[in-house]
Parts: sequence; C-alpha cells; structure tokens
Amino acid sequence: MKHVQEYRDPELTRSLAAAISRASRRPVRFMELCGTHTMAIARHGLVDMLPPTVELVSGPGCPVCVTATEEIDRAVKLARQPGVVVATFGDLVRVPGSRSSLARERAAGARVQVVYSALDALELAMAEPSREVVFLGIGFETTAPTVAAALEMARAKGVENFSLLAAHKLLPPAIDALLAGPELGLDGFLCPGHVTTVIGTDAYLPVAEEHGLACVVSGFEPADILASLLMLVRQVEEGRPRVEIQYRRAVSPQGNRRAQQLMARVFRPVDAAWRGLGVIPRSGLEPAPDYADWDARRRFDLEVPPAQDPPACRCGDVLRGLCRPPECKLFARACTPTSPVGPCMVSQEGTCAAYYKYRRS
Amino acid sequence: MGKDDTILLDHGAGGRASHELLQRVFARHLANPVLESLDDAAVVEVETGRLAISTDTFVVDPLSFPGGNIGSLAVHGTVNDLACRGARPRWLTAGFVLEEGLAVAVLEEVVAAMAQAARACGVLVVAGDTKVVGRGQADKVFINTAGVGVIPPGVELGAHLARPGDAVLVSGTMGDHGVTILAAREGLGLEVPLVSDSAPLHEMARDLIAACPDLHVLRDPTRGGLATTLNEIAAASRVAIELDEAAIPVREAVAGACELLGLDPLYLANEGKLIAIVAPDQATAALQAMRAHPAGAEAAVVGRVSEGPAGRVWVNTAVGGRRILDMLAGEPLPRIC
Repeated sequence: MKHVQEYRDPELTRSLAAAISRASRRPVRFMELCGTHTMAIARHGLVDMLPPTVELVSGPGCPVCVTATEEIDRAVKLARQPGVVVATFGDLVRVPGSRSSLARERAAGARVQVVYSALDALELAMAEPSREVVFLGIGFETTAPTVAAALEMARAKGVENFSLLAAHKLLPPAIDALLAGPELGLDGFLCPGHVTTVIGTDAYLPVAEEHGLACVVSGFEPADILASLLMLVRQVEEGRPRVEIQYRRAVSPQGNRRAQQLMARVFRPVDAAWRGLGVIPRSGLEPAPDYADWDARRRFDLEVPPAQDPPACRCGDVLRGLCRPPECKLFARACTPTSPVGPCMVSQEGTCAAYYKYRRS
Repeated sequence: MGKDDTILLDHGAGGRASHELLQRVFARHLANPVLESLDDAAVVEVETGRLAISTDTFVVDPLSFPGGNIGSLAVHGTVNDLACRGARPRWLTAGFVLEEGLAVAVLEEVVAAMAQAARACGVLVVAGDTKVVGRGQADKVFINTAGVGVIPPGVELGAHLARPGDAVLVSGTMGDHGVTILAAREGLGLEVPLVSDSAPLHEMARDLIAACPDLHVLRDPTRGGLATTLNEIAAASRVAIELDEAAIPVREAVAGACELLGLDPLYLANEGKLIAIVAPDQATAALQAMRAHPAGAEAAVVGRVSEGPAGRVWVNTAVGGRRILDMLAGEPLPRIC
C-alpha cells in the first residue's frame, strides 16, 4: 500500500497537472486503450485536473465490452446443455446476449461458475470429473498467457473434461483497425501498461512512425497517468511523435518472452469478431492443433443464429471513440448498471459504467 | 442434551425436544423475567411518548469472524438502527432459523454472544422463536431481531433533515466489517489484521444528541457503505453532499485488502460507525462527543452539505480531482450481515 501511495501523492499529482497545463498549447485528443485506465481516470477524477486543451476518449480496451454478442450466445447455448459447467469471469455473467445472458441461464438452473482464473476452472474440472467444465476465456494479451498455462496443464495431466471457449482478443490488430476506420482526430494513445508488459513496445512503432501519433505506455496510478499525459502533450508540442514508456517499473521494450512463447505454443491467431469493430483479421486466438482436444468449439455444437444487438445501443461507437456515453439515447435511462443494455454498462471497466458511476453530468 | 448434540427437525416441532433446546440454550443465556413468562406475547411497560421500531435479518457467512459473531451482530445491528433515530433501545425479539445438523455447541456460542451483547447494550430479549429446516434449506443459522426503543421528547432525527451548510462527520474508519467478512469467507489468508467494527452505538448517539442541539441526521452506514448511505440522505433531504476523500479515515490494512480485491472501502459495510450531519457551528462539539467513545476515536469531519443538485454526492479525490460518488450498483457482496 505504501508503494501505491507514492503514486497518489497529492503534491506530485497536482504538480503534474500544473505541468500539463503549462505545456499544453494546442488542443489535443488522446485515446486510452485500456479499460483499467478508463476506470482509474474516472475514479480519481483526473479529467477535472486537466486543462481544456486536453481531451480524453476511451477506446476498445475493455475485454468484456468488445466480446461479440455471438460469443455470449454460444456460452448461453453451452450453459443449456446438461452436465456442462460454464466457468468464467464475474462481469461476463451479466452481459446480455441476443436473447439471454449467463446470469439468466444460471437463474433457470444452469451451472455457471464465477472463477478468478482459468486455473480455477481447471481445478473445478479435476474435482468434478463427471461434468464438462468449459472456461469462457476473454481478455487481451494479459490474460491469454495464464489461459495458455491452464491448457498446457490440462494436456499434461490428461484432464479430458476441461475445455476452452476462446474469445481472446489481441490489441495491435484492433489499433490497426481503428486507424483504418473513420477519422477519430486523435493525437496519441495512452497505451496499456499490462498488455505491453507482455507484448513489448514494437506493436506501437507503426502508430508513431506511419500514422504520426504519440504513444506513451502508462501505469495505472494517478501519478502514472498524469505523467504519461504530460509526456504525450510534450510529444505533440515538440512535433516528435514516438513510443515512450512511462511505466518503466514493469514494461520493457521486448516484453515478456516467456509469456509470448507460451502463447505461441498453445494458441494460433484467427480472425475474430469484435463488438463495434466487426471482424478483424488475426485479432483473436484459438487453441493450436496440439490443443484441439481442449477446444470447446470442436467438442460441442456451438452454431448460433446471427446475433441481434439492441438497435439503439451505441456501445460499438463508444468503443471506437466515436461517441461519448451521454450521447447514447439509452444512457442512464433504459441502460444503467442495474439493468444494462450493452456491455459497456456491465463491465466494471466499461466506459459507460465509468461515466455513469463517476461523471454522469 | 450433550455437548456433541446436533440440531434435529424435532427441535423445531414445538414438542419435548423444542422445550429442551429452549431450556438448555436460550433460557440459560437470555433469561429475564419477561422472557421467562413463556407466554404467547411479551408484555412490557412503556412511558408515554414515541417509540422507534426496527427489524433486521442476519445471514452472515461465516457465523464467526474476527470481532464478533452472528449473535452479537444481530444485537448491534438492531440497537444501532434504533439509536440512529435518537431512541434509547429497550427491548429486542429474536427469531432463529436453524439448519438441521447444526452443532448445538455452535448455536450456544451464538446465543451466548447475543446475550452478552444485549447485556452490554442494556436491552432485554423479551420474545423469541425457533424454527428448524432440513439440511440445505438454510445455512446453519439465520437470525431476525426486532427492536423497540423510546425516543426522548424533543429529539427529531431523520435522513430528510440535512440542510445546506451542514457538516458531515463519520465516527471512524470505513469498510472494516465488509472487508473482514469477505477475507474470512474467501480464506484470503491476508497477512494483515482485519477486525470487524461491530459495536453498539447508542451511547455515542445519546452523547451526540446531548452535545449538538442542531444534530439533523444520524445513520449507520451498513450495507452499501458510506457511499450508498450518503446518497440516500442526499436524495431524502434534496441536497448535494461534498466529501473530501483524503479526510475519510480508512485503516491501512483495509485499504490494502481493497486494493488487492478491487473494492472501494466507501462501498463496504460498517457495523459500528455513525454518520452525523450537524449544523456547521456544532461540528467540533460533535467531533468531541464521538471521540470521547472508544468506537469513535478516529472520528473525522469528512465533508459538507450543499444546495444541489439534489441527490448528488461528490468527492474531491485525494489526488486533486473531483468525481461523483454513486450508490452501490451491481457489485453484490452477499451475506455480510
């Protein structure tokens, strides 16, 4: 806790905010790519400390939010099969699919188990050999290595009643897709500390070099975020966009090689559907051929009809930085944390949930 | 009935076994002349005036936790609800739902703690009831307590009475109970001392009322924590409340555990803390009245009431920002009390 307090020191944060105000001349727009950043910015009220020239928009960095409706529909279909336990992270349970959610299926008698990691799900499978335990794996490069470790362990121990419904997402292809899409008027990215810990900084080089956008890899405490914003502002003011690391206590340029190798052994990249962004080539992961026996898509019939997203929900636009939550007609009316319509209101890291909770007016 | 006995369905059937359980466990610990009459209803004498009445059901899991058990909690919870309306707590009723197979020794521990807490609060348990349900139809012990207290003349406290300009105080650290229960239940093995703050607050409430003629609101921030209770007050009084995050006392062990678990201490339950909203010129008197009690040693002024927007609670964050503090939504921490 003492370690954390250093990065929440009010003198430090106030002087960083003052430095941003002094450095910032021309109006800039930065996107934070990570849901944890979205939540930290809102929880500490950082927007209130920034000069009017610095605008922040949220991007597609909340793993629950970018999970396509079809994936929820598949999980619902799976949960309805007798003898199946669907294990997943808590937030996902409440995300509405086309017609149902895992929470509703659980209320109707399905076994939906909230776990904190894929290894918990594997343990559950070993404890209940008569049931099929399917882990619904979501998340970016930060969670994928632990899921890969669980699959390696399942294979090594010959656990046959465990499988993975993989809905993992890779961040770099999403950044490419964002930059190829409608003009967002961005000047730079606040890059995610945790994902970069795994993948390293190479992925951002084209963003800076080809697209001319500032990139700073940031930690998650208030002083980290303000220091990173100061670095971004300075890059823009100097006219020298590049990739910088603020979060040096965790991130190295080459990333975590062991985690990268583990992912490469267990997974292979596939085209994946993102909520709001559509299908992005090679932006998802599926178990590699050696792990096909633990792939839930091969083990069960998971064909589902095309998904129906609620027509007025603008989660897709929110995830691309095209609209702010209050601009959605449903926000804080039909869609609230207690009865969410779209995933951005469900997840604790969702942009709509952060707005609702901390910045409503 | 021996030490190793367990509760059977017979113990709730009203026959000989029920009677035996009543004598062996309940009468032994809770005995008083009103309860002992064993009639259909308790009869008590009241002076004229106003009564405060409250009821609460306790399903906490685990039954015992650092700082108390479900028996003491069931007394403190209801006593504190009465105290927050300015009442002197006098009588409690206690209803037990027991799960078949519960060890009688466990029940006895719960009832003994309840009796001890009631004695310490100066309240009598005047009526009670026990039901037994089959295994799996309840979890060990559920307790309902209802309480009756007498409100002295002239005392007028309520969530709707906060006024712009008032000072907002808390009587101590936030989140101790919620995080202690969570850590005990999940077996988190955190190597930090977490203890529930479960404690009676009627004496502190009495002294606050005596010290502050313009005390407007007293509440105990239980489920949903400080954040939710302040939202309720702001809505009921049609005012805004502004808090200073840095002034809100949070024990370091609680803050650390919250950081680890992704929780916010402002949303966690307390079972031995008061929120007082008082005219600004009496904030110091209120602070002194709180600090005179051991449970109020870390009392602090944490914010103020402003005109509006009605129902809104703001926080000036410790790092220098500003944000909304909303009600608890969709983060269920079940069975903490």
